[in-house]
Amino acid sequence: MNSKRNDRIATGVIYLLVGIVILLLVGIIGNILISGVPHLSWHFLTSASSSFEAGGGIRDQLFNSLYLLILTLLISLPIALGAAIYLAEYAKDNWVTQLIRTTIEILSSLPSIVVGLFGYLLFVVQFGLGFSIIAGALALTFFNLPILTSNIEEAIKGVPQTQREAGWALGLSNWKTIRGIVLPAALPGIITGIILSAGRVFGEAAALIYTAGQSGSTVDYSNWNMFSPTSFLNVMRPAETLAVHIWKVNTEGIIPDVTVVSAATSALLVIVVIIFNFGARALGNWLYNRLTAAKIK
Amino acid sequence: MSKKEQDLQEVVEQAIAQQKVPHVKIKGIDPHSIDIARLTKPSKETRQERWGKGLTALAILLIGILIVSIIGFVGSHGLATFFTDKVNIFHFLFSTDWNPSAGPNHVGAAAMIVTSFAVTLLAALIATPFAIAVALFMTEYESGKKANLLQSVMELLVGIPSVVYGFLGLTVVVPAVRTVFGGTGFGILTATLILFVMVLPTITSLTVDAFKAVPKELRKSSAALGATQWQTIYHVVLRAARARIMTAIIFGMARAFGEALAVQMAIGNAVLMPYNLVSPAATLTSQLTSQMGNTVMGTLPNNALWSLALLLLIMSLVFNFLVHLIGKKS
Amino acid sequence: MRKENVSKLLVVLLVVPLFLVGCGQSKEKITIVGSSALQPLIEQAGNDYHLAHLDSNIVVQGGGSGTGLSQVQAGAVQVGTSDVFAETQKGIDEKKLQDYPVAIVGIVPIANKGVGVKNLSKKQLAAIFTGKITNWRQVGGKNLPIIVINRSRGSGTRTTFEDLILNGKDAVNSQEQDSNGTVKKIVNSTPGTISYISFPYANDENIQKISIDHVQPINKNIPTNKWSLWSYEHMYTKGKPNKATAKFINYVLSKKVQRDLVPKIGYLSIHEMKVSRDSENKVTKIGN
Repeated sequence: MNSKRNDRIATGVIYLLVGIVILLLVGIIGNILISGVPHLSWHFLTSASSSFEAGGGIRDQLFNSLYLLILTLLISLPIALGAAIYLAEYAKDNWVTQLIRTTIEILSSLPSIVVGLFGYLLFVVQFGLGFSIIAGALALTFFNLPILTSNIEEAIKGVPQTQREAGWALGLSNWKTIRGIVLPAALPGIITGIILSAGRVFGEAAALIYTAGQSGSTVDYSNWNMFSPTSFLNVMRPAETLAVHIWKVNTEGIIPDVTVVSAATSALLVIVVIIFNFGARALGNWLYNRLTAAKIK
Repeated sequence: MSKKEQDLQEVVEQAIAQQKVPHVKIKGIDPHSIDIARLTKPSKETRQERWGKGLTALAILLIGILIVSIIGFVGSHGLATFFTDKVNIFHFLFSTDWNPSAGPNHVGAAAMIVTSFAVTLLAALIATPFAIAVALFMTEYESGKKANLLQSVMELLVGIPSVVYGFLGLTVVVPAVRTVFGGTGFGILTATLILFVMVLPTITSLTVDAFKAVPKELRKSSAALGATQWQTIYHVVLRAARARIMTAIIFGMARAFGEALAVQMAIGNAVLMPYNLVSPAATLTSQLTSQMGNTVMGTLPNNALWSLALLLLIMSLVFNFLVHLIGKKS
Repeated sequence: MRKENVSKLLVVLLVVPLFLVGCGQSKEKITIVGSSALQPLIEQAGNDYHLAHLDSNIVVQGGGSGTGLSQVQAGAVQVGTSDVFAETQKGIDEKKLQDYPVAIVGIVPIANKGVGVKNLSKKQLAAIFTGKITNWRQVGGKNLPIIVINRSRGSGTRTTFEDLILNGKDAVNSQEQDSNGTVKKIVNSTPGTISYISFPYANDENIQKISIDHVQPINKNIPTNKWSLWSYEHMYTKGKPNKATAKFINYVLSKKVQRDLVPKIGYLSIHEMKVSRDSENKVTKIGN
């Protein structure tokens, strides 16, 4: 029969294409891991990078990446959460809302290099922040907000309307319903949204080269005073992240072991993103169970 | 006491008078001592409501300010080329002579515009069938563990820095293209292949959402009519999800259009009109990234680069406009 | 996750950064921005300096010579580093800037290993880069088309190369790459390519260094201008530098840095030069 044959052919083609994609995925990630993992060592993770000699590590870059990510999320998450709640629960369906939505989407497709240069001129030069972690975090916030907002909005919208009605029937205010019922139910979706955007933030280089800078100052990990220039927590110090480090050693690095450092750093980056993805997913499920006393299938 | 409050007092007193059961005093609140002020004050719920709404509206306002400032900023720098340096806008759009340091008559971005479009369209063209296949696989053929795993691995691709893609391209794709198609290996084709991988996760995950949004009943009724799985997919699922798939593609294209570091390494960076797919070319972003550091702020070469950035911004506007047009049509 | 806390956090987070802006600045902070070629040297010097002067805070960033010059002119940073003379840049008023050449870097033409050419005359080199010679056979190599990889327009390396080899003429319009590292990778892997990079990057067996008129591209040939393809690495300050900045520049010019660090990275000490060159490429013997 013709339709049976077509069905078989179509299924075959789809599996073929999926197979190619899987091969690509395995190839790319395998390539990065295989060439990098053998060079990962405790020494590499815990020593400072070197300007021109072999044998440098990436201690500061690793810390900076995580610190910058946390700062960025701290700044962008509340704003994105607020904006998403407004869009999903309060906004009327009129041209103003439409305009806001459109502008958020424009921001999301903005090239990161433009965000970086904007951040450079505004935060670094105009506001006098200099090359600093905070300037980087602000630039990344620009970059992160739209995706985070639309992801969270989707998650909130995915909560069934009946849940809200149940809340109202209990005499709860709209706001309390959102806080007590909608947000916990949307949490796994929100967490996924955060992971997705965090992955992008973690791998971002172009927006950071001109804001957080491409070299770090000497950092003291025992200095907990945020305002001391050498403290590792100081947000006014310049900071090079893993992604920027890969860019820098490959383009202008004169260390003799460029390939090793670059491969190992890339592998580390992918591993961190993997840990992050699975860790955050588990956390999302755990929180969901705690907050709603329900289980996800 | 206002008129309203008087009315309220009356109503309460009436209600008390009509009641037959003796009242119990609770925590000193006597039914006869009515606190009108408290009754007419907004309830705790209302205050919460206002607080919540205000807070979220503030967040929206903040995002609005951010967007206006970035557009205003890039706009003012980008337009300086035309107003301060008196570059002819038609020359900018249609000439291929790009050497801004030589004067305002050498600021033609046509070659880069064409290349940017070519790379973007081709990448989307290649990525779409793959993305649709993977999305179908995840929603129609397999679900649960296998689909989840594939999705997680796809999400990993998003986290890989574009620099790493650039170097993978330089070490793997460039030599491959050179051996198969000749030329130097640098060019639109190489950039397209790299961008294909980079936009694949974006298009796929949005397409998965599109398929998930198609109601199960449609599939069931199609199956009940005796349609094969492929007939159901082709005639029902793909049809119903068409508009959202288009949106997915356009979002993917927007990402491809704005990608800088990876493309810069693979395309060769020659501001020439591309005459075939393996000749070196330059996109708007690749030129922007590689030149920005070498120009002095406020001079023509620098302003010209900001004009390229403005062009990118306008292009994202256009892409978004297209998305909405498609959304409205469906 | 308590929502109330989240909303408080929002308020706090909007205020905290503004507060930090006010207090984070330290007086001793020296920001040095510009040439990515000079970055490793200044970065290392800054770290060493910090060990001896714990109160110092030196921040070194790349960004390109153009960025360095425009930022120091705008007063946004204390020192702008550059591979080119400020005089050659439009929009920069060199009279406002104080020039401190701190090192010399040689530039060497490089080609893919497979081209079969190890030496070119200056004329041949110019003809290749202006597109007059297009096959390696024409200069005694294999029958292989020449692929020219230019450096980014306006970059220090390209300006120097075009001034000294092409006598200011424009190179043929072809591929452009911004960074030494990427150029090296491309030349290494693409048959028939030719480009030029700074000395420190050229110590690689996978690429072919090209000597010009049989002069070897080694640091020893630079002080006498026998190898003429070199450029200064400048540190620029706006007017007279402040005390802390002057102290650091003196440190970079000191024997300790110039004798140990500079050669280690592959540059040439400024003190070794027997000739000097001005912004119009006029070479004069020092001491005459």
